[in-house]
Amino acid sequence: MADHWHRRLLEGRAGVFAIVTTIAISIGGLVEIVPMFTVGSGHMEELPAPYTALEVTGRDIYIREGCVNCHSQMVRPFRDETLRYGEWSHAVEYSWDRPFLLGSRRIGPDLHREGLLRPDAVWHYEHMKDPRSMSPGSIMPPYKWLLEWKIDPADTQATMRALAFVGTPYSDADIDGAEAAMQEQGGVIVARLAEAGIEASWDDEIIALTAYLQRLGTDIPEDEAEDVAEGGAQ
Amino acid sequence: MPDVAEHASSEIYDDEVTKKFIVATVFWGIAAMTVGVWLALQLAWWPAGLGIPQFTFGRLRPVHTNGVIFAFTANFVFGGIYYSMQRLLKVRMWSDKLSAFHFWGWQAMLVSVIVTIPMGMTQTKEYAEMIWPIDVVIAVVFLAFALNFFMTIKNRKVQHLYVAIWFYISFVITIPVLHVVNNLAIPASLTRSYPVYSGMTDALIQWWYGHNAVGFLLTTPILGLMYYFLPRAANRPVYSYRLSIIHFWALVFLYIWAGPHHLLYSALPDWAQTVGMVFSIMLLAPSWGGMLNGLLTLRGAWDKVRTDPVLKFMVVAVSFYGMSTFEGPMMSIRSVSALSHFTNWVVGHVHSGALGWVGMMGFGTMYWLVPRLWKRELYSVSLATTHFWTATIGVVLYTVSLWGAGLTEGLMARAINEGGQLQYPFFLDIVHTLEPFYWGRLIGGTLYLCGVFLMAYNFIATVWFKPRPAAIPQAAK
Repeated sequence: MADHWHRRLLEGRAGVFAIVTTIAISIGGLVEIVPMFTVGSGHMEELPAPYTALEVTGRDIYIREGCVNCHSQMVRPFRDETLRYGEWSHAVEYSWDRPFLLGSRRIGPDLHREGLLRPDAVWHYEHMKDPRSMSPGSIMPPYKWLLEWKIDPADTQATMRALAFVGTPYSDADIDGAEAAMQEQGGVIVARLAEAGIEASWDDEIIALTAYLQRLGTDIPEDEAEDVAEGGAQ
Repeated sequence: MPDVAEHASSEIYDDEVTKKFIVATVFWGIAAMTVGVWLALQLAWWPAGLGIPQFTFGRLRPVHTNGVIFAFTANFVFGGIYYSMQRLLKVRMWSDKLSAFHFWGWQAMLVSVIVTIPMGMTQTKEYAEMIWPIDVVIAVVFLAFALNFFMTIKNRKVQHLYVAIWFYISFVITIPVLHVVNNLAIPASLTRSYPVYSGMTDALIQWWYGHNAVGFLLTTPILGLMYYFLPRAANRPVYSYRLSIIHFWALVFLYIWAGPHHLLYSALPDWAQTVGMVFSIMLLAPSWGGMLNGLLTLRGAWDKVRTDPVLKFMVVAVSFYGMSTFEGPMMSIRSVSALSHFTNWVVGHVHSGALGWVGMMGFGTMYWLVPRLWKRELYSVSLATTHFWTATIGVVLYTVSLWGAGLTEGLMARAINEGGQLQYPFFLDIVHTLEPFYWGRLIGGTLYLCGVFLMAYNFIATVWFKPRPAAIPQAAK
């Protein structure tokens, strides 16, 4: 083979080759990722409130159970999706999502507007106990253990501290008062379940998960939220 | 091209480490694919989850995906690199101790993954689910490998770096960058952590990682292995050196941009979606450059494909590479993604790459390597050929089933009736329509797995049951 310039310069010199490769694989990522740290969120002017102590605990359960492997949280701006799920998803709604939970597969339906489409705690309780009782023919497995397992407020406080460290606006008072706040928010859900004759405690995992699902997708302006609540298809 | 005479002697080269990685590849391949078949069964028949928290689809899926990527594929890649780089550079690995540390560290990491993930210990980001202490182990073990790799290159006895080595270099450099950046997180406990990025930024970084895990773990190192093992098996020089230069640089430069095609029509800024789409389409060119260079290397050797299972596997692998790198760019077009995203079509696409390209390259390479490493004749060529047909029919059935499923669910989800309302307002109507496709995919996947069992048996018989230390083809080179 002729002694081409690239042969002299690159293919015979491993150090140079490695450096040029590093440059080649860096450019695309830098161009795409760096601007994400500088752009605003658009659409809604104000950032939503961070998840409450109970909601963030429910989110941890959602993560632990791998819900994201079957359910997306990303309504796309198509007619069929807004008919089915409601208002499409805006970047600002994900502001406190660490990690993000957009999902990549809809084995089950999208859940980003779940809080508007299905606000009732009783539905979620029965559905987790036996999905087919609320969705006949569903292929979702039952999650009975969520009705028995307990949350630990100390875990929640550790979560909130880590999240506060990376920028979620939890104050020291929020973290110290986490247990009381969870009891209060959980108490409302427990009371609703009691109306349906279901006995539950604020520190059951199902209560935290329900609080998270009730929160999902509710951070949009009120008129848009009403449209979703009225028009939900499924 | 390879200006590389092959030196067979195990006294010169460390082949023990390759042997270990091959055993691990077969073991983990069976484990990861068995979990995959189980998951496929759960979709077709939900009670297969057995009502046990650790065995639900949501918790087990990452065991399957990480198992295939980091256990089956990575072990195969490592083994193939150790074998080929020593011969291409005409020097033993810099440190046998580091090689052994790499092997055992990696296997220990994998065991910790399959224990922790079903327990619900997960970071949730796809193919990066491992909790932070495991991430640290991955980084340490991989950097040990990288040190050994670059020191071996430094000590090489040939100045010119053969094309396979370029692809290995891109793999060894890029994987740690992706891994570290995507997994930056603050621990809340030993088993939980939260990423420093939030929302759409986290999503973009995840798919920059996720897509390039495909690019730099499932593609570039395996192209490197193709450039070594395909010419060896066919006894032909690589078709075009110039083409390999062009497609290498184009591939490593373009791949990294393509991540946002996983986020089309999301809340990611529009320009980033467009950039991701455009670069994904451009990726077709260097991908097909690699495919053509592989297939054209066989010019004049096609008669061997008829008889040699090694070449059969490699030809089908390279063809699937071409097919899925055509399909991928097409799916990255916004209007196609609108239909295919969130559907089984994507899952089928991934499997045509993983089962068709990665798996078949792995099998072909191992059928070539095992007789040479253990210095035995392969127990049964006809069994290997049976494996080939089982695997090929399995992949086709799998892929076709999920094309059918994906198109069906995509079209049903978007169907609007004359009144301007959803034709299928109940999501469950879509779920139920997919059931036959799920059974089809289960059969395809099971066939493929059966092929792997045949291979495992063939290897065990080769090494233990009926060792025939006959004429080793390798000594001639």
